[in-house]
Amino acid sequence: MIRTADRQRAAALLQGFLDAGATLVETEILQPAGTLLDLYGEDIRARAFTTHDPLSGEAMLRPDFTVPVVQAHMNNGADVARYCYAGEVFRRQEVDEGRPREYLQVGFEVFDGTDPAAADAEVFDLIATALAPWSTHPVTGDLGILTAAVDGLTTSEPRRAALRRHIWRPSRFRRLMDRFTGKAAVPATRTALLAQVAGTSVEALIDAAGPAVGLRSADEIAARVRALTEDAALPPVSHTEAEVIGMLLALDCPMAQAISPLRDMAVDLPSLIPAIDRLEARAAALARRGHTPDTLPFAPARGRTAMEYYDGFTFTFTAPGRLDLAPLATGGRYDALTSVLGRGRGVPAVGGVIRPGLLGDLA
Amino acid sequence: MIRLGVPSKGRLMEKTFDWFGKHGLTLSRTGSDREYAGRVDGADIALVLLSAGEVPRELAEGRLHLGVTGSDLVREKLTRWNSKVETLARMDFGHADLILAVPKVWIDVDTLDDLDAAAAQFRARHGHRLRIATKYHRQVREFLQDNGVADYQLVDSQGATEGTVLNHTAEMIADITSTGETLRANHLKVLSDGMIHASQATLFRSRTAKWTKSQKTDLDDLRLRLGV
Repeated sequence: MIRTADRQRAAALLQGFLDAGATLVETEILQPAGTLLDLYGEDIRARAFTTHDPLSGEAMLRPDFTVPVVQAHMNNGADVARYCYAGEVFRRQEVDEGRPREYLQVGFEVFDGTDPAAADAEVFDLIATALAPWSTHPVTGDLGILTAAVDGLTTSEPRRAALRRHIWRPSRFRRLMDRFTGKAAVPATRTALLAQVAGTSVEALIDAAGPAVGLRSADEIAARVRALTEDAALPPVSHTEAEVIGMLLALDCPMAQAISPLRDMAVDLPSLIPAIDRLEARAAALARRGHTPDTLPFAPARGRTAMEYYDGFTFTFTAPGRLDLAPLATGGRYDALTSVLGRGRGVPAVGGVIRPGLLGDLA
Repeated sequence: MIRLGVPSKGRLMEKTFDWFGKHGLTLSRTGSDREYAGRVDGADIALVLLSAGEVPRELAEGRLHLGVTGSDLVREKLTRWNSKVETLARMDFGHADLILAVPKVWIDVDTLDDLDAAAAQFRARHGHRLRIATKYHRQVREFLQDNGVADYQLVDSQGATEGTVLNHTAEMIADITSTGETLRANHLKVLSDGMIHASQATLFRSRTAKWTKSQKTDLDDLRLRLGV
């Protein structure tokens, strides 16, 4: 349960964000379920409480502030803005009964595309400063690097799109890579289908398979069979490129020391260069604010299992020696989310949240 | 006295009685046909007759010491079922498989990998996620999440699930099938790796019920007789 002391701590943290120049925003606790389901799919049902309103339909108890804050920003049309907020979020706990179902979040979000590296450092620094009274351990990541690597793979666009779609699902991503590199065998039924298609027209095969039931049309089925045929004719993703992806997933070292091995990888995969430039600029911006990229832990693939909207810089602050506690603060860049919610009009954005309730458990 | 919960009617009840009978325990209903009371001859056990769907909750709440129900019901109704009940015996009847089935005409879809790709294509084309009709929400969602399938949505169907595809209220189904006849009649086929859970009638022990010393002794005796 949320304690009085948690609310006082939340108010103090919020004041810090206000002092940093942010505008206070409120969002509704009852959020329309449609938007969240569109973004996260069915998985959100396992994490958010769903309820039903007879007039407005399905609603969810706010599982997170970022989505409604982004929506409000995209609707009011402002370009550059800094927001802060504090309030309850609600999470279903199906696995760990000890974790709280309602708790406070205090957050800060920057919508500003003029200098993304500076904005990344601004948010990280603000959270780090707010957490200074407690002993915390920060770690960082950057999903933009993994995405840039996928974008540069010498293969078909459908294959790249499939990998991008599953960038947040580590096991599915690995399975796709295994298939595209030829490491995993093609299922026998797929081989059989492709052999049939070579002899007969796709339309005839579909007709013979059974009556057309359901909304998915014969056109769609035929289109996917043709896509499978094209895919089967593609050469595998090269060993060199697959190795770069593997190294990116495994890389874990201080931020400053990641730059040189990444530049080596970019020799094989030049699409990485702009993402590495952004990482280098961010490291410099963090150093200007007094942080130490020479020691700050960095792993590009970190943050893949969080809420799936971070697509660039990510960071997490944990309590050292307290593996039982969820992260004290998390944050990251979510440029793509703003264009999804802004129906194509995106604004580069980065933000972070602190959980004041957990700070109380540290004392 | 140990409290044993068993299904209160139909084939599931009869088969349960038969199973215990084979182990020398005579279970029977007492009183009229409408009265849910029963007795056990040959052991000091209180027999509770109730709907198979209520057994999981009663076990989890500790109101039953032992209970017979379908393993699918335990998985669907209890979070972290493993921590609340222990499987004592699979009873080898009441077999039912929870499976994923798609229209036979989907010649391009045979595996979960195919389904995931087809779901992405479907969403791009139709503007909404591929709908799966089911009443087994938790098991289906966990299975698809574990297997990295995205861009689907579950729609609730409490009966005649196989018909939802024909009626355009779903694109595919996740349902219990014992024979496969209904699937074929509705022009559906099972995905080759789409077996979510092979369910059967199962004897469970409650981990949350209070077990006194004499109840524990009774349980040990019972397990010896049942050979479980």
